[in-house]
Amino acid sequence: MERTTLDLWVGIFIAAGIAAILVLALKVGNFSFNGSNTYEVYAYFDNIGGLKPRAPIKSAGVVVGRVAKIAFDPKQYKAKVTLKIDKQYQFSKDTTASILTSGLLGEQYIGLDMGADEEMLKAGDTITLTQSAIVLEKLIGQFIFNKAGSGNHK
Amino acid sequence: MLDRTIILLRSLGHTTINAVWRLGYAGKFFFLTLKSSGTSLRRPHLVVREVYFTGVRSLIIIIVSGLFVGMVLGLQGYETLQRYGASSSLGVMVALALVRELGPVVSALLFASRAGSAITAEIGLMKATEQLSAMEMMAVDPVARVVAPRFWSGVASLPLLTAIFNAMGIYGGYLIGVVLIGLDEGSFWSQMQAGVDFRDDIMNGVIKSFVFGIAVTLIAVFEGYDSPPTAEGVSGATTRTVVISSLVILILDFILTSFMFRGA
Repeated sequence: MERTTLDLWVGIFIAAGIAAILVLALKVGNFSFNGSNTYEVYAYFDNIGGLKPRAPIKSAGVVVGRVAKIAFDPKQYKAKVTLKIDKQYQFSKDTTASILTSGLLGEQYIGLDMGADEEMLKAGDTITLTQSAIVLEKLIGQFIFNKAGSGNHK
Repeated sequence: MLDRTIILLRSLGHTTINAVWRLGYAGKFFFLTLKSSGTSLRRPHLVVREVYFTGVRSLIIIIVSGLFVGMVLGLQGYETLQRYGASSSLGVMVALALVRELGPVVSALLFASRAGSAITAEIGLMKATEQLSAMEMMAVDPVARVVAPRFWSGVASLPLLTAIFNAMGIYGGYLIGVVLIGLDEGSFWSQMQAGVDFRDDIMNGVIKSFVFGIAVTLIAVFEGYDSPPTAEGVSGATTRTVVISSLVILILDFILTSFMFRGA
């Protein structure tokens, strides 16, 4: 095999490999949510239900960021959730963060509802208005309790 | 009776000592290869030539297998997902299965049998026909001239082959899911993009294939260099390369997966 043709084939091979990595990064993966083009805000929840790190953060149904970290805050006895939001989206200071479920059995995500404040959230801010996950067991328990209570009054 | 037991115990001890000795020898050989890699850097054409034989010549089998694995994943995934009414998640399923596990593992297995065995047979034959000794006579270090370029070409080729395998597999899943079954193209790609993370999924797959590349090529060059210089010895070494590297790939995959994806 002549050296130039050999070089050509190896070049084609390496170019194809790099192109495949690029395709995977851009078309298959969500490359844009990494790196420095995000900002972090915090939110405290009474109960996060089944929320996991890397769960999507949606506003009006559009993915605007991802959950970076979930930790337990031993002072407030609440869950501290770190949200990574894409820099191109700005939210007001009185935004409500609620933990929602997509579909009946789907994954849990954080929904952001825009408030009316003129000031915007900055990196390191804390979202104060939060709504915890709805825990199905508690709901059923409450339902049964109410049923029993109304039965006694009859 | 006692004699039989002693013979049995002695052969067990011999096998164990031999295995540990070979493991240590392979470790020393690895460091020797790394130490004499300078020639490969100074004369990159040596590595390029080997990349042609290990990488470029493996392209066809990688592309075809990737396409078919992706298409099978598409068919089977659709069959299962549609029972739960989640057939639109087919893209995520195919992409995650390929990028995290199937891509690195299957391409490493194919690479071991396609390129690893060839490396072992080549080096083993060079040793059997005393080409390696001839090099030493001419003050050419056979590890630097023959082993190191093959080692680095394998380490460089496998991640690229894995990426091509993944891309072809996802395209195969797309062919089945969107073109044949008729799922919505937008939700196929968008759910895939939402579900696959660049660092946690794609980069971990690339790291896996790097580790597999090092393991497979090291086993291949070591078995070749260590093979008995006979026709029988070379054929045994070639078989051992394929068997040992397949086992090592699967065991390493389990270890890496348990560190990378602990369901956090």
